[in-house]
Amino acid sequence: MQKMPPWADALLVPLLSLLIAFAISSVVIFAIGENPVEAMKLMVTGALGSSYGWGYTLYYATNFMFTGLAVAVAFHAGLFNIGGEGQASLGGLGVALVCLMVPWPHWSLALIGAVVCGALFGALWAALPAWLQAKRGSHIVITTIMFNFIAASLLNYLLVNMLRPVGSMDPATARFPAETNLPGLGEILGAVGIPFSTSTPANVSLFLALACCVLVWVLIWRTRLGYQIRAFGKSEKAAVYAGIRPVRITMYAMLISGGLAGMMAVNNVMGEANRLVLNSVEGAGFIGIAVALMGRSHPFGVFLAAILFGFLYQGGAELALWTKIPRELITVIQALVILFTGALDNMVRQPVEWLFARAGRGAK
Amino acid sequence: MAAERQQGRQAAAAPDSLAIELRGISKSFGPVQANKDISIQVRRGSIHGIIGENGAGKSTLMSILYGFYRADAGEIYIGGRLTPIPDSQSAIRAGIGMVFQHFKLVQNFTVLENVILGAEEGRLLRPSLAKARKALADLAREYELEVDPDARIEDLSVGHQQRVEILKALYRQADILILDEPTGVLTPAEADHLFRILKGLREQGKTIILITHKLREIMEITDTVSVMRRGQMTATVQTAETSPEELAELMVGRKVLLRVDKAPAIPGRTVLKVENLRVRDENGVERLKGIDLTVRAGEILGIAGVAGNGQSELLEVLGGIARGAGSVQLNGVELDLSGKHSDGQSRRLQGIAHVPEDRQHLGMIMDFTAWENVAFGYHNEPEYQKNALLMDNEALREDTRRKMERFDVRPPDCTLAAKNFSGGNQQKLIVAREIERNPDLLLIGQPTRGVDIGAIEFIHKQILALRDAGKAVLLVSVELDEIMSLSDRIAVMFDGRIMGFRDPATTDERDLGLLMAGVDDVKGAA
Repeated sequence: MQKMPPWADALLVPLLSLLIAFAISSVVIFAIGENPVEAMKLMVTGALGSSYGWGYTLYYATNFMFTGLAVAVAFHAGLFNIGGEGQASLGGLGVALVCLMVPWPHWSLALIGAVVCGALFGALWAALPAWLQAKRGSHIVITTIMFNFIAASLLNYLLVNMLRPVGSMDPATARFPAETNLPGLGEILGAVGIPFSTSTPANVSLFLALACCVLVWVLIWRTRLGYQIRAFGKSEKAAVYAGIRPVRITMYAMLISGGLAGMMAVNNVMGEANRLVLNSVEGAGFIGIAVALMGRSHPFGVFLAAILFGFLYQGGAELALWTKIPRELITVIQALVILFTGALDNMVRQPVEWLFARAGRGAK
Repeated sequence: MAAERQQGRQAAAAPDSLAIELRGISKSFGPVQANKDISIQVRRGSIHGIIGENGAGKSTLMSILYGFYRADAGEIYIGGRLTPIPDSQSAIRAGIGMVFQHFKLVQNFTVLENVILGAEEGRLLRPSLAKARKALADLAREYELEVDPDARIEDLSVGHQQRVEILKALYRQADILILDEPTGVLTPAEADHLFRILKGLREQGKTIILITHKLREIMEITDTVSVMRRGQMTATVQTAETSPEELAELMVGRKVLLRVDKAPAIPGRTVLKVENLRVRDENGVERLKGIDLTVRAGEILGIAGVAGNGQSELLEVLGGIARGAGSVQLNGVELDLSGKHSDGQSRRLQGIAHVPEDRQHLGMIMDFTAWENVAFGYHNEPEYQKNALLMDNEALREDTRRKMERFDVRPPDCTLAAKNFSGGNQQKLIVAREIERNPDLLLIGQPTRGVDIGAIEFIHKQILALRDAGKAVLLVSVELDEIMSLSDRIAVMFDGRIMGFRDPATTDERDLGLLMAGVDDVKGAA
């Protein structure tokens, strides 16, 4: 039964949760002796007050869109893919290899190569846990977590022993050739006459991420595969009755999920760092889980949640830079947002449902 | 007319002889009004039946009485006193016990442990267990409610599990016992035993409310019967003064054919030939121990039996869900039973449609809309595809609207989630989906479980129409009435075997009941 209008479900409830999270954050900031109003102001101006701030916010948001979509697709199949972190690092490896080993004539071709290779590596890293889940029943939450650690160790080994240029002290690959450098958001927007800071890491991958949001929406709600993924995610027993093969759908969903996570590397490895460094993902794989939860696994929700978390990241960095508030507090704020929008969702939802039910009765 | 009769009769009842009186109970869920100004009086020491179609509001009313829901309006009087029941604890305190259709028992606890669960006294279990053991022994003597107090629930038959539920209520000093569809899972013999128990309870002055959709039970055991339709109480009548036909009409609001009218079968070629079919479950227990049967075109083979004797496995292996060994031929073509080259999809392509026993967990996805469910299992059909990539959701919705109209699914809104339809309308949707494919063989399990009388009649007609169109039907049902009235031949299953075949014209309930209980087929062999 429809308990409240869809707009309330999609916007009002998350917004209220967010307000509560910020209110409690303010209390914490106040408790450590800072002015919460000033802090909030600083976060907003730092992240959204200038095109420079927006550039960083959108750069982070691009990462989170990829990992958020990755988690969302797996969610629809009833699979909890915690392995975004590892899949994105492997994606980074794929992107690095394809950028370093192929003499690309132009960035656009390099972009296609990097997308394909990053997605492929990410997908392959998801394939093994998926296969273990589908065939042997090893729980995907456990295996994907373990694969995060394996990925970290693998990259550590490769960067230190194989990919590090001779003579370098830094466990990172060589810089990618200039032909593979992606155009920044400032350049792109500048070309169409919109002034935008050119000194931010936001790049053309943002549009790739937006395209992925649309494609995932089409996949989930308009294709046969999406139909089967959703059916399988709702009820495996019923799916088997309908002739949907669990092994196949588990594999497909996880390959797509891993591929999306792997494509994140196009943004951070190719677009920003221009080389592969240790721990290049920086936790974006885990943020993806929160983004998918908050976005209710809907691509548009993922898009909004990714922007929110991009804002929190950039605003938090500004806060650490200009105040005595430690960077860790940003983690606290993020944690509160996740807590209220994800885990404590019902705390807000039920009162809102009740209010709507009352208003509905009153109207009659 | 019915309302007047109700008024006339009930005014006579003295208030102190009433166990329960409900006055003006209303309850809505969003825009749906499940109970509309319901008033009912239940006499102390009587068995009061409540019948109505699915979605008529019986369960909602009982849930209000048991404190699961709060009524929007109305009052509850227990023993003549106004008693608000905000939660089930208050209901228990007021002396109300409920036996649910789906038992609320902890499978790996013993009978005793289940009985005291929630009614333990003190921190140590031993005194409560001892007290319960004694109480159980008393109750068993008094009411024919024998159960081994130390048996684990999972080792008990369904009938015994139900007795544990009744014991739980009686142990909590219930004076008023509500039973929700209690015989759905019982053999005829078990049902008879249950009725003896209920009659015994009535003699001891207990009040029993029996919710059911089986008119036969109402006629057999109740003193008074109330009929609900679309959230309203349409009539309360003395059972002795009514007839099944009248009750059916009150329930549905129009005349209903209780007997299935069917032409004699004209069986043609053999469509399904099953030889030595064996199925093991995931624990390696053999569930089908060598089944041999054939179904011919234009014939309904009914499989009778108590639930859990291999009927589900038979349907599932034929439907491509479970794996098995042996030989199954469809139109002379051997089917793959290993699951390597077959699944629910390949079976559908070969011409087998399957209406599963478990509508809510197998047959559809409750969160999916009606139109998404109409594609379920047929999502690869070319007519539902726009191109190689995209599904044609508009065509699908259009097809769903047509099916909903033809099968009279209500409400006729194809964008509504399946869970928002009543059981009967869900089943109509599934039957529409499967029958409209015009399959060579229809597998249909419990076609009318939890389905209201109006829809039963409709679904039966559809099954017969398919048979008359020269298709083969394999019908599994635990309802003997249904098996007897629809089938052209009857096979009885017990413990993974077929105990014997019968002609519905020459067999009776007792004969089938013996086979269902595993008594060897003397008559068939002779």
